[in-house]
Amino acid sequence: MKLITAVIKPFKLDEVKAALETFGVKGLTVSEASGYGRQKGHTEVYRGAEYKVDLVPKLRVEVLVDDADADDIIDVIVKAAQTGKIGDGKVWAVPVETVIRVRTGETGPEAL
Amino acid sequence: MKIDSGNTAWLLVSTALVLLMTPGVAFFYGGMSRAKSVLNMMMMSFVSIAVVGMVWAVYGYSLAFTDGGGLNDFIGGFDDWGLVGLENAATLDDGTGIPSLVFVAFQATFAIITVALISGAIADRAKFGAWVVFTLIWVTIVYIPIAHWVWFFGPEDGEGGWIGAGIGALDFAGGTVVHINAGAAALALALVLGKRKGWPRDPMRPHNLPFVLLGAALLWFGWFGFNAGSALGANGTAAVAFINTLLATCGAAFAWIVVEKIRDGSSTTLGIASGAVAGLVGITPACAFVTPLGAIALGLVVGAVCAYAVSLKYKLGFDDSLDVVGVHMVGGIVGALLIGILATTAVNEAGADGLLAGGGVSLLGKQAVSVLATLAYSFIVTLIIGKLIDMTMGFRISEEDEVAGIDSTAHAETAYDFGSIHAGAGVGGTLAPSPAADGAPTKVEA
Repeated sequence: MKLITAVIKPFKLDEVKAALETFGVKGLTVSEASGYGRQKGHTEVYRGAEYKVDLVPKLRVEVLVDDADADDIIDVIVKAAQTGKIGDGKVWAVPVETVIRVRTGETGPEAL
Repeated sequence: MKIDSGNTAWLLVSTALVLLMTPGVAFFYGGMSRAKSVLNMMMMSFVSIAVVGMVWAVYGYSLAFTDGGGLNDFIGGFDDWGLVGLENAATLDDGTGIPSLVFVAFQATFAIITVALISGAIADRAKFGAWVVFTLIWVTIVYIPIAHWVWFFGPEDGEGGWIGAGIGALDFAGGTVVHINAGAAALALALVLGKRKGWPRDPMRPHNLPFVLLGAALLWFGWFGFNAGSALGANGTAAVAFINTLLATCGAAFAWIVVEKIRDGSSTTLGIASGAVAGLVGITPACAFVTPLGAIALGLVVGAVCAYAVSLKYKLGFDDSLDVVGVHMVGGIVGALLIGILATTAVNEAGADGLLAGGGVSLLGKQAVSVLATLAYSFIVTLIIGKLIDMTMGFRISEEDEVAGIDSTAHAETAYDFGSIHAGAGVGGTLAPSPAADGAPTKVEA
């Protein structure tokens, strides 16, 4: 199993969610995040004083998936989250040792 | 004297308009503060209404607007303390036919907003109790004397305060009494309290610009009462003051955003709101003495000058948090001095001719004296009051409280419930013990 984490632009959430649902992903977790990549943030000006906003608001979407599906799901997320402009975010996957469904106690792929 | 219902009606309305300016200041300043200290910022304005309102009735009005006998050049007397005897529809004996109590209330609103204006210099870091004590002392020994100097006129020519009745400097609605005074006091308090933690590395951006625009709008609306109400009648002078209050503000708001576009690349909402306030400040002393075109010119100058002036604090290194000095002190000075250039008796016979109307430099000189006297008295006395409060009860909150946010540490409240994708779900909040046992509704998590 893999945990796919995607940091995306907040307005892309609906598209990413829809794309994942179409692919058959049963559940996901969304949390607010902020950060920056190579391009850093942006500059705002208040009464002539510059304010550098390094930490840009993002959403973190996490999905637990079967190993076999991981690459396809990453593709789906990347396509849905892409605008082509800077700050589109990142997607990565890490191996997961154990998953347990809290309600039933099922483990492994059954718990996804 | 018989009551004039038209004049009285306009003054009653004006008084309510001017009172609305202080909540306007609360929004203007509150929006510019950080989210963790917006309530404290707004509270400082509201408490000045509470404290100064009472002071005004008990002794403030009397000390500012009655004859002080031998000390009449500098301060009034106690004849009207507690407003005793003013209830019976007594009218001002200046021919306006306004009940004295209406004038008392009108002037109370001026004292209130002047105190509230100062608070912008000490955002995020003043002990609330110290601020309350400060408002009480400051209005008593700084505002009241200056109001008397400029605005009290005795029955005979030349009788009254030394600036207005004495040397004949003009301040129609409070350029010196309100704005230079508040600005100089703000500078003194900013020096007493010192910089906010993290300033100027972090310019502490405004947390709610719509609040700032709302506050500026309320100020502009209320300012028609401030300036046109100062005519003390529903008359031609009020009309001049009214149109000039509109036009100078347009000029200044426009000039500020042009400066921003040239200097910073973008015209901002904070800029147009700030420019509007600067224009209102600048036209205040001059509103009944200049022509409408003069008002536009004054506004353009004030807007541009103040847009540059607000950056002075970074160069000089004092943390006037919300630019009370750059907007009110500088705007007030520019407006007061421009009277000496733009004033004309063609608009108002009670005024005087400035440089352009052929009056020479005499009026400009008088204006300069009134500006310098107000600056010096307000700055020095406020510095002393501030230091004394700092040495006795302490004026500044602890560093820990400042970082945590003064709203929660001083007032046990916070303005916003942050931090959830489901707005209002209360993530991160603490639920009180469930009241379900006694049948009260329980909180449902979204």
